Amino acid sequence: MLFTKVAKVQSKYFISMRFTYLFFLLNIFLFSSCKQERQHLFKVEGKNIEITDSLKTNQEIDAFIKPYRDHINKDLDSVLAYSVNTYSKTDGHLNTAIGNFMADAVYNEANPIFKNRTGKDIDMVILNYGGIRSIISKGHITTRTAYQLMPFENSIVVVALKGNQIDSLTNYLRLRKRAHPISKLKLVLDKNFDIVEATIKGEKINVNKTYYVATNDYLYNNGDNMRFFKPNDSLHILNYKVRNALIDNFKKVDTISPIIDDRFIQLN
Amino acid sequence: MNRRDFIHQTTGATALITLGSLGLQSFVDSAKPTKITILHTNDVHSHIEAFSAEDGRNANKGGVARRASLIESIKNKNPNTLLFDAGDIFQGTPYFNYYGGELEFKLMSKLKYDAATIGNHDFDNGIDGLYTQLPHAEFDFITANYDFSNTIMDSHTKPYKIFNKGGIKIGVFGLGIELKGLVDPAMYKETKYLDPIETSQEMVKTLKDDKQCDLVICLSHLGYNYRNSETKISDLKLAAATKDIDLIIGGHTHTFLKKPTVIKNIEGNNMLVNQVGCYGINLGKIDFYFDADKNKAANGASIIV
Repeated sequence: MLFTKVAKVQSKYFISMRFTYLFFLLNIFLFSSCKQERQHLFKVEGKNIEITDSLKTNQEIDAFIKPYRDHINKDLDSVLAYSVNTYSKTDGHLNTAIGNFMADAVYNEANPIFKNRTGKDIDMVILNYGGIRSIISKGHITTRTAYQLMPFENSIVVVALKGNQIDSLTNYLRLRKRAHPISKLKLVLDKNFDIVEATIKGEKINVNKTYYVATNDYLYNNGDNMRFFKPNDSLHILNYKVRNALIDNFKKVDTISPIIDDRFIQLN
Repeated sequence: MNRRDFIHQTTGATALITLGSLGLQSFVDSAKPTKITILHTNDVHSHIEAFSAEDGRNANKGGVARRASLIESIKNKNPNTLLFDAGDIFQGTPYFNYYGGELEFKLMSKLKYDAATIGNHDFDNGIDGLYTQLPHAEFDFITANYDFSNTIMDSHTKPYKIFNKGGIKIGVFGLGIELKGLVDPAMYKETKYLDPIETSQEMVKTLKDDKQCDLVICLSHLGYNYRNSETKISDLKLAAATKDIDLIIGGHTHTFLKKPTVIKNIEGNNMLVNQVGCYGINLGKIDFYFDADKNKAANGASIIV
């Protein structure tokens, strides 16, 4: 009887030991083998480092870029035309030679495409002053000139607007008092900036007529607060980038010599 | 002795035994903190060359070949380094006009970028233009709130990715900006934009609770902050409305932060929002230090910026 009792106690003790041992193993397994002891975030350091010319150029990377660079430079530096003078958007009050060149180039290059597709002519062009991104320097005009003048990818769209919406457009130009590039539209303001003459292709604006206004997709989508394009009768997407129109125009003309004219003026 | 105490005591004993049996190596390992370095760029916009000496604003700054040597020297010091980009890789120089992003992706692969998220300008040649360049990218595109399932990009992005560096699990998810009104719908086609805050909450739950990540990083192209809009989601708003994100790497607004911004999340814990302007002029560097010693982290991590 006594022996049995001792044995029972012993057996219980061993079972207990076995469990303890199992837990040891389990713990070693869990905390050492499978996953390292959980690490805790205790410090964060942050800074922004400027990339300057004090850093050395990685020659392998530079050599990798070189063929791409050479190809682009060769293409960008190819001469397309000659500029008689240096033209800047800061020369001129309500119209500038450079802006006139750009708006006229868009008309000349986009109109054949539009006419081919719709049988209709573009009536006028409006771009924005802020979109003239550089000067045109006297001398050779290259593809690079076109990229500098128009680095953005904006494309030409033609919007069908009723005559009364053209009034909103001319009112915008009147209020802005800026040399936003236009073509085929003529606008004369008096000394109070009120409109005294507004014509498209030499004719008075007819409120009932539909006019086909070429611009770019940025301005069409209310860029520079041009809110007069919507709603409209129709929108024609030409899939023709403004920059490509400039490049095509440069290729066609031998020299450029745009002038400040009377398309948008203020009377004294 | 109830069961919980028993386990508790046993655990204590085991810890001692482990330390004793594994010896010095283990002791050294747990004594030395693990440092994870996160490097990042945003809005590089095809700026492969450094700015010229004549540039009016950024003369002699930037350039991929210089960035490469900076990254290399940082990685040499700490192999536990990850490199990310927060979008708008495309558009800004003729390199993009001529090659459509091919060179940008190839160079980022050579610099061993680990992942990038997608910016609005990465749709500039259309979603097809982005897809076309994917073979040149030897890194993942991570975005959790653009649903590409009805587009050609379907299955070519991941909502998140988990990196293991020095025993630390780093969960990274991506967020893109709302494309409507910003990008021509003809360009992004049937890409669906999902709410960034809801998406982040799901991502954090997955990465922190399910996947047990030690660090959670968000690659965001939402923009740093919009002062004139109370409703427009931004990195600062996202940070304040979520929990368990350690770092938001931002983009889109071309914000040149002198140093990362420390901001409180919804639980009142400090975290970081950073953005390094644009055009590859700066490189962001955030070091996270981990230690097995719980006491060091007892009062939360100290943030030094």
